[in-house]
Amino acid sequence: MQLDQEVIFITLFGMMAVTYLPRLLPIALLSNRKLPQVITDWLSYVPAAILSALLAPSLFLLDGEFSLSFDNMYLWSALPVFAVAIYTKSFFGTIATGMLVISGWRYLLL
Amino acid sequence: MQSDSAQTTATTMQKDSGVFQDGILDGIKLAIPIIVGFLPVGFAFGVLATKNGISGFNTILMSFIVLAGSSQFIAVSLFAAAVSPIAIIVTTFIVNLRHLLMSAAIAPHVSSMGFLKKLLFSFQLIDETFAIHMTSIEREKFGETSAFTLNCIAHFCWVSGTALGVFGSNLVHDIKPLGFDYALPAMFVALLIWQLRSNMHVIVAAFSAICSITLYLAGAEQLSVILAAIIGATTGVVLCSLTKK
Repeated sequence: MQLDQEVIFITLFGMMAVTYLPRLLPIALLSNRKLPQVITDWLSYVPAAILSALLAPSLFLLDGEFSLSFDNMYLWSALPVFAVAIYTKSFFGTIATGMLVISGWRYLLL
Repeated sequence: MQSDSAQTTATTMQKDSGVFQDGILDGIKLAIPIIVGFLPVGFAFGVLATKNGISGFNTILMSFIVLAGSSQFIAVSLFAAAVSPIAIIVTTFIVNLRHLLMSAAIAPHVSSMGFLKKLLFSFQLIDETFAIHMTSIEREKFGETSAFTLNCIAHFCWVSGTALGVFGSNLVHDIKPLGFDYALPAMFVALLIWQLRSNMHVIVAAFSAICSITLYLAGAEQLSVILAAIIGATTGVVLCSLTKK
């Protein structure tokens, strides 16, 4: 099948616009305003909430289905990763642990 | 007198350039996990897009001007399925709407930037850099130079990873053996742990995680992250005001 590259090219700019505006508008419009306390409190929870909402599906879902089985490497490899993150608070240690555990697991499966 | 002031200017300049260099170095240090994670994932994206019939130019352009990983992967599958451009743009909008919350959360901390800097800063505001910036802000280590250095490295790695994938799409088929695919999830774990400053933050994170998974399984795949984050943060505010009373 041949895709029309011109159509894709034009679509990309539409994708750029709808991605950029949500990134830009709050920074452009809100950053010099004093926000009400309740909004500031709410925003203080946003980083933890977003990170968790991004991470959870990648750990608990395997091929789009909820999985606690040992086939779900991403989930069980996260245990040592969380442990290292909690006890060492080390950025690189955490990432290295994750990569090591998952590649070690795959190696053992071969 | 004059030489004095000249000397002062010289030392200030030296000091300034020292601060500037420190900022760049800090930015590079912060960027290392992003480099480790983005090059292979960008590579995978380049390979996938090429194999699905998107031209090399369009693939690299997408990484450069859209700069939003998950929505790009989705867009490739939609292009390949000959979905209409409007539907692709709407899907991209929905998937990327979560940046609205990130932008709002970081907005008070970038108020000192000029308008042009804000234009660039928001263009490069992605999940990973947002999380790192918020951590720096809490540790009172947030600086413009290191922030922009980090953003530009992330942008560069995403685009060059994509380009490598486009040109090397025949060489490599799988990025998994070395565990690179797990670098970004592991990074999110570290950043999440850093964000958990109080018990309420732990509750918010746990609640958001459950909501995100539930919404995803209920079919709201593309809106699950932003909805879960809104529900989670709102729960935090409500619980907090309840316990205070």
